[in-house]
Amino acid sequence: MKRDGVGKLALGFATGLAFGWLLERSRACRHEAMAGQLRGDDSRVARLMITASAVGSVATLALHQAGRVELSPKPLRLGGVVGGGLLFGAGMSLLGHCPGTSLAAVGEGNVDAFFGVLGMLAGAGAFVVTHDRIEPLLRRGDFGAPTLPELTHAPAWPFTSLLAAAAVGSTRLERAAPPMPEVS
Amino acid sequence: MDTQEHVLRGESAPKDPLHREDIRERRMTNPLRLRSWNPYLVGVGIGVLSWIAFATAAHPIGVTTAFEHTAALIIGGLGAGWPSDGYFADHSPKIGWEWTLVMGVFLGSFLSARLGDDRTKTSVPRLWAIRFGESRAKRFAAAFLGAALMLFGARLASGCTSGHGISGNLQLALSSLVFTAAFGLVGIVTALWMYRRKGARHV
Repeated sequence: MKRDGVGKLALGFATGLAFGWLLERSRACRHEAMAGQLRGDDSRVARLMITASAVGSVATLALHQAGRVELSPKPLRLGGVVGGGLLFGAGMSLLGHCPGTSLAAVGEGNVDAFFGVLGMLAGAGAFVVTHDRIEPLLRRGDFGAPTLPELTHAPAWPFTSLLAAAAVGSTRLERAAPPMPEVS
Repeated sequence: MDTQEHVLRGESAPKDPLHREDIRERRMTNPLRLRSWNPYLVGVGIGVLSWIAFATAAHPIGVTTAFEHTAALIIGGLGAGWPSDGYFADHSPKIGWEWTLVMGVFLGSFLSARLGDDRTKTSVPRLWAIRFGESRAKRFAAAFLGAALMLFGARLASGCTSGHGISGNLQLALSSLVFTAAFGLVGIVTALWMYRRKGARHV
């Protein structure tokens, strides 16, 4: 069985610890947070995601321009990305968690999320087993792995500024859809 | 209303009001014990974390690759006969950075919930119960099926809410933008349809 070096495994573990902690504290891993977000009662998940993207974007793209980090944008193969996105959205709504928050929900002791994690393993198994047959479909509409700056031959900062503006603008969502009152 | 709120939130009743009051006092002074952090604070935290992940491990934060690799290792271990020879020719599943990240998320959430006295331990979430009843079997089956569909979709697209939704969008990748639009749209339509008869806010 192949594995990464111990140092890299430890780094992954430390990153995961922080990620899990943050997901639990945000309560994005509550069923009502994700299901509520999708049906428009709650805006915490969207506000969290847009903020994380904006903050991550500024630092990561700055490091990239300084030549310090390699980006790894995922390939745009329309068959896989659109088809996968459609199934992903339907499944996420039914479960009421996304993959990351399912794990965090198990950490909180929720039994239904544990069945979700088992289902995730089954879904991954279904992909591995059917891979050879569906691979040609996934490759339909292959556009490489472009980023918006590459595609438009523009610098990154206007796009990053847009993300930041969206994060600031999302504070308006808070007023439109306040989270349910916290009970202690 | 106040006495009913814990029921609506799917939490157990506070057993000893004086004791709970005491816990609340402590939470005011120690942020590690503050139960809920503002989504913007957590968003900034995850943004910084994604940047640390890029800088230290040259990896975008993502969750589902580890599931694919685990499933592939199990299926590979079962031996021949599975129609996935092409998969193993293209991919080399391993216990890697993303695998320990998944373990870390479990433990990180567990520690946060323990230190914040915030373990929920629900089987049937409140919003689900109001619409579909208290049956555990029904909820567990739906969770399993939904999760399987979700992960299958994530692997078709090579990413999820973390890998595409946060890590991909922050790199301004076009694939991630398309994936986010597709899952967001279908997720919203599905949720509105599932909970359609309970359209009132704050169920």
